Amino acid sequence: MIRLERRVETPRWLDVAVPLASFVAALVVGGLVLQLTGHSALGTYERIVERALTSDGALSGTLVAATPLLFTGLAAAVAFRMNVFNIGGEGQLVLGAIAASGAGLALEGRPGWLIIGAMVVAGAAAGAAWAAIPGALRAFTGTNEIITSLMLNYVAANLATYLIFGSRSFWRSLEGSGATFPTGKRLPPEASWPSLELGGVVVPFGFLLGVAGAVVLLVVLRATRFGFAMRVVADAPAAARYAGIRGRRVVLGVMALSGAAAGIGGASNIGDTRHVLDPRGLNQAGYGYAGIVVAALARLNPVAVVFVSIVMGGLANAGRALQGPDFPAGLVGTLQGLLLVFTLGGEVFARYRIRRARTVHEAHAGAPPPPTAEVTA
Amino acid sequence: MTTTEHAAETAGGPPPAVAASGITKRFPGGVVANDDVHLELRAGEVHALLGENGAGKSTLSNVLTGLYRPDAGDLWIHGRLTELHSPRDAIDAGIGMVHQHFRLVAPFTVAENVVLGERSPFRRREAEERVRALGERYRLPVDPTARIWQLSVGQQQRVEILKALDRDARILILDEPTAVLTPQESEALFEVMRAMADEGRAVLFISHKLDEVLAVSDRVTVLRDARNVGTVTTADVDTRELARMMVGREVVLGRARTGRAPAPANGARPPALVLDGVGADDDRGCPALHDVTLTVAAGEVLGVCGVAGNGQRELAEVVGGIRRATAGTVTVAGERLRKADPRVAHAAGVAHVPEDRLHTGTAPSLSVEDNLALLAHRRPPLSAGPFLRRSRIRARALELMARFGVKAPGPTTPVRLLSGGNVQKVLLARELSSDPALVVAASPTRGLDVGAIESVRATILAAADAGAGVLLISEDLDEVLDLSDRVAVMYEGRIVGVVDRDEADVTELGLLMGGATLAEVGP
Repeated sequence: MIRLERRVETPRWLDVAVPLASFVAALVVGGLVLQLTGHSALGTYERIVERALTSDGALSGTLVAATPLLFTGLAAAVAFRMNVFNIGGEGQLVLGAIAASGAGLALEGRPGWLIIGAMVVAGAAAGAAWAAIPGALRAFTGTNEIITSLMLNYVAANLATYLIFGSRSFWRSLEGSGATFPTGKRLPPEASWPSLELGGVVVPFGFLLGVAGAVVLLVVLRATRFGFAMRVVADAPAAARYAGIRGRRVVLGVMALSGAAAGIGGASNIGDTRHVLDPRGLNQAGYGYAGIVVAALARLNPVAVVFVSIVMGGLANAGRALQGPDFPAGLVGTLQGLLLVFTLGGEVFARYRIRRARTVHEAHAGAPPPPTAEVTA
Repeated sequence: MTTTEHAAETAGGPPPAVAASGITKRFPGGVVANDDVHLELRAGEVHALLGENGAGKSTLSNVLTGLYRPDAGDLWIHGRLTELHSPRDAIDAGIGMVHQHFRLVAPFTVAENVVLGERSPFRRREAEERVRALGERYRLPVDPTARIWQLSVGQQQRVEILKALDRDARILILDEPTAVLTPQESEALFEVMRAMADEGRAVLFISHKLDEVLAVSDRVTVLRDARNVGTVTTADVDTRELARMMVGREVVLGRARTGRAPAPANGARPPALVLDGVGADDDRGCPALHDVTLTVAAGEVLGVCGVAGNGQRELAEVVGGIRRATAGTVTVAGERLRKADPRVAHAAGVAHVPEDRLHTGTAPSLSVEDNLALLAHRRPPLSAGPFLRRSRIRARALELMARFGVKAPGPTTPVRLLSGGNVQKVLLARELSSDPALVVAASPTRGLDVGAIESVRATILAAADAGAGVLLISEDLDEVLDLSDRVAVMYEGRIVGVVDRDEADVTELGLLMGGATLAEVGP
């Protein structure tokens, strides 16, 4: 008989071994699914690796796909770590995109460095402000931030749609075909974010910004007074109150920090890739929700988020390249889903010990229990 | 669960209900919590398991209830060699456990909690009737339809016991059951324990309180440093002997203040605390303090006693700046606190040792060094601007751990892994390291073992000797009398009397705590 027993402490090596084993298990089961649906498992995996990493420009495409996931992953990781459940990365990213494109359009004609800097700041500020709404509701009225941040996603999506499709706003292009088919105004070329070329791989500026953000978050968590206060509030709110730590401000601060990360993700979507506010594209991508998955797979560690976002970005990138008449898009989603299920399911092995109940040794049977000595001290 | 099919009969008479032999349990990091421990628990006896915190009592009980698997050793239940793989196995083997921290579902009713986990379908009426009958039979009255959150701590414990009895546990383990009870409730519990033993059940009573062990048990097994010291018949020993077995040396607890010079009455230093007409509300917004006027001189220990829930917590929180005073003034060392803010109070010289030391006093998952820095991390030298100075936090932690005798594997160990006594030392080290003018300590030794009580008391008295005023809030009348210079009694949010320690009389204080006035009681 096989049983699960709770571990008292998780050994360190399991922290690495369990996610790796989960990854392999997901590949094996995914391979089975591929074989059963009439595809070659090894062939498909080879193509995924090729399209995600090795073929010409593949890694560049992977990094582009990874960038928004990196930001929303960081947003979810920093909040979830502190037991503040910000599900609103999606909406905060949209607000970041609105503000960054607004800044880019408004500053047309100014030097590029100024426009790009303004876009980053505007994106971060808008994301932070959007997240501060559920943050303030949680801090001052005790409202559940899961519900409020989630609901604001729909508000944000509709706001972006309204700006382009429902109004004659500053963001909407009214010239040329824009007069009949609603589209956003294209940002000036100076507003395009630069990219770095490293050995043939194009690294988007947004990705570098995200890596820097991960490092900053790690430093904030580990080495600052604010990070210290965050950890105390997350672990023991009463102790924080008794120590004079302003718990409400900390919750608000965590939400704002989380929203700022997602907001820069929105700015990067404008500056790095689309150069125009595209509500449909943003709403279909679902970066905010995917970010929660990334954070979960990274076990809420900001540095691990960087690597997980590359893996997930690679899958998304390869999926786009693979899909066609003989390879349905749903199959890529299946592989991603398997990856998530196995990784989260693998947690069981980190926290529990598997035992096969052993049969009692013959020698024990029948022996009387040794008497406990009656000691008079 | 696996058992051998042959019941091992000891010569003459039935086998013991539980026989544990050679139980050894090691934890990662080299901690040996049980080292070759033996325990024999007979049907029909109340058997006490005595030991200081960290002696291995909880580990042994966790082995007996299937929570931990021992690294070595055998367990015989009613003469059968048994392996327990999970709490489920223990329940199936007839072992019931009443945990120190209750395992109850607060929004559920009593009856629902009792039958929770049973595999048969739930029939409300039937369950309620069963619980009512069980309660009457064992004189554990509790309304089966009440919800857990509505019950007092004592009543909740009854539900835990009923839960075990409902499953017809032949072996009952009670882990420090009196820690949360009033003396009267404890007395009633002891009667229940005796009644259960008289029915032929085996009762294991885990405690570190010597007088309780002497009052209720038939035999005592003493653990120290993860090992057996021995098993004795209770009738053959006295308090001193048990204390010596438990601690390993002679212990002196009583009258710690005797011989100490009374608090200096000179006017050179302002009083540590002056409360003038203070009122405050409780968490629900109902008035909890009325017109409280008190003075604690520098170097004086003022004990505040009273039955729990008569405003003591609110009093401590008002002084600590956590709760707003609705009336009156609070003055600490000559400085009036105008704002309810723990930082302001702390800056004025208030050190606060709250009652719930693990979750209010410390952040349990954080390390010892972080907990020691909980107050000081905001200012230099522990931080510079927004950044922490980790090496200084570490150095200060090591210094404080040495000064206050905190025993921990290291400064990075999470506080929740420490014993209760060491948690309290961490808390005291943090609060007293700033040379406070006033120490507010709420039940500072509650739940601690004898050795830790001794050192916590000594630490608090040393702070008083160094010139701090101490506001000692405790339900333990003996402790208040042992440590205080003066004793104030609280009843329904009012100070109903203040007497000098030397003139205090336990009966008189007891009457005041029950609501009598000083005029009625007085000589």
